[in-house]
Amino acid sequence: MIEITLHKTLNGQKGKMNLDLDFKVNQNQITALYGPSGAGKTTAFRIISGLLMPEKGKIIVNGETWLDTSKKIVLTPKERKIAYVFQDYALFPNMNVENNILFAAGKNPDMNKVKELIETFHLSDLKNQKPQNLSGGQQQRVALARALIQEPNLLLLDEPLAALDNEICVRLQDFLLEIQERYALSILLVSHDIAEIHKLAKHVLHIQEGSIVKSGRPVEVFTGKVSENHLNVYAKILFIDTSRKQITVLVNQERLFSMY
Amino acid sequence: MPLVLPPTVLGFYFLITFSPNSWLSGLLNDWFDLKLVFSFPGLVIASVIYSLPFMVHPVQSELSSLLTSLREASLVMGKSKRTTLFKVLLPNIKPSLLTGFVLTFAHTVGEFGVVLMIGGNIPGKTKVASIAIYDEVEALNYGNANQYSLILFAITFTILLLVYMVNRNEIKRWWK
Repeated sequence: MIEITLHKTLNGQKGKMNLDLDFKVNQNQITALYGPSGAGKTTAFRIISGLLMPEKGKIIVNGETWLDTSKKIVLTPKERKIAYVFQDYALFPNMNVENNILFAAGKNPDMNKVKELIETFHLSDLKNQKPQNLSGGQQQRVALARALIQEPNLLLLDEPLAALDNEICVRLQDFLLEIQERYALSILLVSHDIAEIHKLAKHVLHIQEGSIVKSGRPVEVFTGKVSENHLNVYAKILFIDTSRKQITVLVNQERLFSMY
Repeated sequence: MPLVLPPTVLGFYFLITFSPNSWLSGLLNDWFDLKLVFSFPGLVIASVIYSLPFMVHPVQSELSSLLTSLREASLVMGKSKRTTLFKVLLPNIKPSLLTGFVLTFAHTVGEFGVVLMIGGNIPGKTKVASIAIYDEVEALNYGNANQYSLILFAITFTILLLVYMVNRNEIKRWWK
């Protein structure tokens, strides 16, 4: 179980804003943080990773206290065993792909694990390339491999697929699901893409102006009620209009409208 | 301040600060047996302070233009601030470091006011190239002045050329 309680006053776009988050999520699953820009999602990530201190807060991951301001417990990012994939991937331009992974691996890297990750992420042919010579999708894979070599207890993904085109995005979503299952990862994912959240996340927290306004399974959060009947359709959800009670989906490149 | 202050003014203040009667000079003399006025170490220290902005400015502006996420990514990986600086930040601003180095060097080589004030133009000890040129011109030895000037010109031109080639990876291409 991952338990997070945070309080921090932020200077947002509309002046001062309180970031007040209090949630519990299960391990070994993807939990999405959904909300508009400036809602406090990235700040929450910076606090969870140890880059920023909240005024008050408590973070417990797998029973281990990472932060408890009331007891003055503050673990460093290294002690937290956390990995963070930034929106711009933050690959080090002075190192090639392999060295980026080795740098993250620490002083005595497990070379078998490095090799395994390079193969799993299909980076064998690219390992000597500098990040700036890679495509967006390739950079994303390197960033993920670099995160996983740290064997994190919690993986933070800040809009990792936002800058990619649709085709690569869908392929990497599948890949991410496969990797999550394979390594039994606990992932917190920031995303603006409802379709992506439906596909990847088991749980979603809808954040607005620093507070969680809704949380639950994606279908509950985005539609407001749980469907009782099940229909297996492979489709991409384009838009959910709760006021008109309409879902727009794409099936076989054709747009369908469905009332519910 | 060293950037905007006239060199002679800066040199004058150095002279006052490091004069044998000042407490700082006494302290340096007692503890380290160091005399900074009219000596080569004094000349070097004054030049470093005078030229520091030429190194700091390009490095500072390049560091601030680097993505914050690079620094943060390294810190989340558990790397210390020192490791982050030496392994991530500085290697990614190499061209600026080199530019800063060259600007500082060129600025120091051509320096006149500060080194004359603090160094005192003592032959074989604190006489530098730019002052030597001035001395030769004053003594109407244009031949010598021309020779010194050409040497300085050649050194600075070679360094500039090297920097240009390094920054554009020309040397690596040549090597291949």
